Amino acid sequence: MIRQTTIALVATVCSLSLTVASANDDPIATRKAMMKNVGASIGVMGKMAKGEMAFDAIQANLAMRAINNAAIGFVHLFPEGSESGGETEAAPKIWEDMAGFIAKSRDMEEVTAEAIAFPAGSLDEMREQLGKLGATCKACHEGYRIKKS
Amino acid sequence: MGRLVRLLVMLGVIAAGAGWWLSGPNRLDALPAEAAGHQPDIDNGRLMFFAGGCASCHAAPDSDDKLALTGGVRLESPFGAFVGPNISPHRQDGIGGWSQLDFLNAMLRGVSPDGSHYYPAFPYTSYQRMRVADLLDLKAFLDTLAPVAGVAPDHEVGFPFNIRRGLGLWKRLYLDGEPFMADPAASDQVNRGAYLSEGPGHCGECHTPRDAIGGLDRSNWLAGAPNPEGKGIIPNITPHAQGLADWSEGDIAYALESGFTPDYDSLGGTMGKVISNTAQLPPEDRAAIAAYLKSLPALPDAYEAAKP
Repeated sequence: MIRQTTIALVATVCSLSLTVASANDDPIATRKAMMKNVGASIGVMGKMAKGEMAFDAIQANLAMRAINNAAIGFVHLFPEGSESGGETEAAPKIWEDMAGFIAKSRDMEEVTAEAIAFPAGSLDEMREQLGKLGATCKACHEGYRIKKS
Repeated sequence: MGRLVRLLVMLGVIAAGAGWWLSGPNRLDALPAEAAGHQPDIDNGRLMFFAGGCASCHAAPDSDDKLALTGGVRLESPFGAFVGPNISPHRQDGIGGWSQLDFLNAMLRGVSPDGSHYYPAFPYTSYQRMRVADLLDLKAFLDTLAPVAGVAPDHEVGFPFNIRRGLGLWKRLYLDGEPFMADPAASDQVNRGAYLSEGPGHCGECHTPRDAIGGLDRSNWLAGAPNPEGKGIIPNITPHAQGLADWSEGDIAYALESGFTPDYDSLGGTMGKVISNTAQLPPEDRAAIAAYLKSLPALPDAYEAAKP
């Protein structure tokens, strides 16, 4: 029993350190994957907003939580040396104006935290939350991202 | 020999005179007939304000109040940096002292009240397609906004582009003075979208590539371009596989409302500001723009070819 637990523990620690190592090794790949997850989460709410999918309060709230998760600490995925490579679309402005970038990220964190605290009970409420969230995406992508394709 | 010099000098004087004459402002001298008895519709003026994206260049950068039109937004271009001026109804610093005719001359002819040429960073090459009634409504809407004091910094444009008179020659090439022409074969919806896109929306100013002296290459209409502000590209928005072939009309209209692509990526760069404006349009106008874009000839990406 103890042996099994130890093995499980070691396995967990190994996999954790593996995850951590890959994040440290490649912040560009990590932040891109996180943004993809944000996109997929927004997609759930977007489909509801467009009427392609029935409104579901629990799914909408879960989507907000997933996005909030990505927002927390997102700015730490832009260390010196990750300015280029890996087809990054990060704009040089991130490193020229880190304070501004952090403020934009905080807006996203706050909007999602508010949506988690006050879950949308109706499609209209969700649309309003999605609109606010979309504004934070846009506000950051306007200055801190460069579309390459 | 003396005769040859005299001849050359004479030719030079004639060329200079012709150049001066050709580069002069081409002003409207009086309000066009359509303006007679027009009762301004402020709601339509507001619509034109957002369709035209006025606030993108004329609201103070980083201000949350997009109706305080103090100017100050910098537009970096290969010809220099242009700065949007104050167009609030302030009498000294803005355009509060302008007549309707002054406003029409700015929007349709790219000429200031004192007769000098505006740089085409102010997209009058598109605004010239706007209906006089819509322009007068737009002016009436602008007149309802708060006058704000403050003069934006000057443009930073080097020689020879700092000689505004020379723009008269550029305008001879690229400002045709033609109004919007509806396509009789297209639906009312497509024509509405075409008007909004080609006129006030000025989509082509960024999504169409330019030639070496900054004129639009209309053979590649909306087929994408290198970013005029330097980095990256402005995408192809024709219904080509490299453009919006995979987007439905609903997808385009939703993107113009929410800023989200069909993959739920969010549109950024200068399109972010455009979305702030198109989000204010009535849903049927976003649908009309979508219908127009889907009706365009499908063209491959123009930006590789246009790269210097």
